[in-house]
Amino acid sequence: MISTLRLLEGPQTLGKGPGFWSAFALVLILACIYPMFADGYDVGNNVYFFNWTFMALGLSLIWGYGGALSFGQTAFFGVAGYAYGVLTINLGDAYGLTFFSLIAAVGISALFAAVLGYFLFFGRISGVFLGIVTLSVTLVLERFMSQTAGPEWAIGSARLNGFNGMGGMPSLTIPWPGGDIVLYPDVTLYYLTLALLVIAYLALRMLVNSRMGNVLVAIRENPQRAEMLGYDIRRYQLGAFVIGSGLAGLSGVLYTAWGNYITPSSMGMSAAALPVVWVAVGGRSDLTTTLFGTLLVLAGFQYLTIYGSQYALVMMGFLLVVTILLAPSGIFITVGSLFSKGLRRRLARERV
Amino acid sequence: MAILETRKLDKWFGGLHVTDNVDFALDRGEVHCLIGPNGAGKSTFFKLVLGEHTPSGGTILYDGEDITKAKPFERVRRGISVKFQVPGIFQALRVRQNLQIALQHHLEGAGLDEEIDRLLEFLKLKDAEKQLAGSLSHGQKQWLEIGMAIALKPKLLLLDEPTAGMTPDETHATGEMVKALNAEGVSVLAVEHDMAFVRQIAQKVTVLHFGKVFAQGTIDEIVADERVAAIYLGEVDA
Repeated sequence: MISTLRLLEGPQTLGKGPGFWSAFALVLILACIYPMFADGYDVGNNVYFFNWTFMALGLSLIWGYGGALSFGQTAFFGVAGYAYGVLTINLGDAYGLTFFSLIAAVGISALFAAVLGYFLFFGRISGVFLGIVTLSVTLVLERFMSQTAGPEWAIGSARLNGFNGMGGMPSLTIPWPGGDIVLYPDVTLYYLTLALLVIAYLALRMLVNSRMGNVLVAIRENPQRAEMLGYDIRRYQLGAFVIGSGLAGLSGVLYTAWGNYITPSSMGMSAAALPVVWVAVGGRSDLTTTLFGTLLVLAGFQYLTIYGSQYALVMMGFLLVVTILLAPSGIFITVGSLFSKGLRRRLARERV
Repeated sequence: MAILETRKLDKWFGGLHVTDNVDFALDRGEVHCLIGPNGAGKSTFFKLVLGEHTPSGGTILYDGEDITKAKPFERVRRGISVKFQVPGIFQALRVRQNLQIALQHHLEGAGLDEEIDRLLEFLKLKDAEKQLAGSLSHGQKQWLEIGMAIALKPKLLLLDEPTAGMTPDETHATGEMVKALNAEGVSVLAVEHDMAFVRQIAQKVTVLHFGKVFAQGTIDEIVADERVAAIYLGEVDA
């Protein structure tokens, strides 16, 4: 148990020692007491932000740690979102079946990732071709779901509804004596999503500092050498892909349960590119910078969407270009290195 | 008994016959060097043994077993280890972590730390353990990769120009490392250009020319062979 907890710190993650964990506890306490001082709309809005972070953390694992750039995160997001919709519309929200649907939908997206990933990694597709294939799969799914408007496109009583998207699925519902608790997008859903985020973040820290994490960064650095150390690198890449894509699926389910709708555009070109921007801007090779970078970019994106309309997407593209040209390790890591010794070391590592 | 044997090993790249029915044997416990002029097919032969290229014909036997169709990582797990010509290390990771990744197959906890320390001493890299591998000198990078290769406790070590870019002192120290490993029972196949290094380590030398075995013998026999000198001067055709 203690040796497992030791994996919370290690060479693959920024932050260690009492200072870091005190700051972590402080941020967590602030996040826990935040709903007491905010109105329901803002709390629900923060749940929306949190929903996307699972997808970003998953991409950090696949791309930042494993070195495989995937544009497929939104495909798994969409598959899980639609799967949650179909399951809950057919099964209903009693007896905790919405949580069963959540797990099943994430499982379906992970299974889809396992099948796709098998052909990608065991077919030795890598580099830019991996990006092209995953983006193609995403766009094909968007096209397919967009043409499901007719009444023949239904699974049980769940209509897929084509371009307009599927709606009317129930929110996550906890069975409770005296009346079920429905997790509407306010305080209750906020705490559930926050708890899942903390679990995902800590579990991923342990994963990337484990033996598997060591092998993943070895594959990112030099796949040929990693293989010549006796590792079947295809299995490790597939493992990271399935976990990272499953997290995108979790984002999809939480998003669908949050807004009670899912549309094909959630898998479109713009949607597929955005996770890459969030992760690249924060610093893809670390979970903490990915997490905070994603939240910051999402907040900025929403502000721009409200006040700048379509300019928001242009700004996202501009942000990606600036990041690639000026701070390829991520803006958080680059700017933070001015103040932090740990981040300076990380930056030096990435410039070798 | 041969630890590595190739029988009529053949490789075509389009119309180019780069490995031409090579029959080759490396005895257990032997240090065997593979030499030849540029374009002789040394690297291709090396990659065929590693599994990075698929042969057009013939078989590769390791420890008496046919490994012709085995994947590279499967060959490594059977006891073949390799050091590449361009140092194949994990540049952005620390020296210690490079060795840890190589050793974590079969060791953990205190045993892992002890073995890393032992290897760091052997490789003369103890003072550099916290450095990023990419910031090491070229010779140190070569040694680190040798360390990663031997961390797997191989029975057969493949070295592709292990002294490329090294100073004479580093080259000599590398030769002593190879001899020390051989004394522990590791068989070695090295592709090498530096004849002083070949003389330092090789018990047997095979000369490849136009993809064929051209000559074989001790280093003295090879050096005395006028035909070998001639192919290096471009005076003998295939």
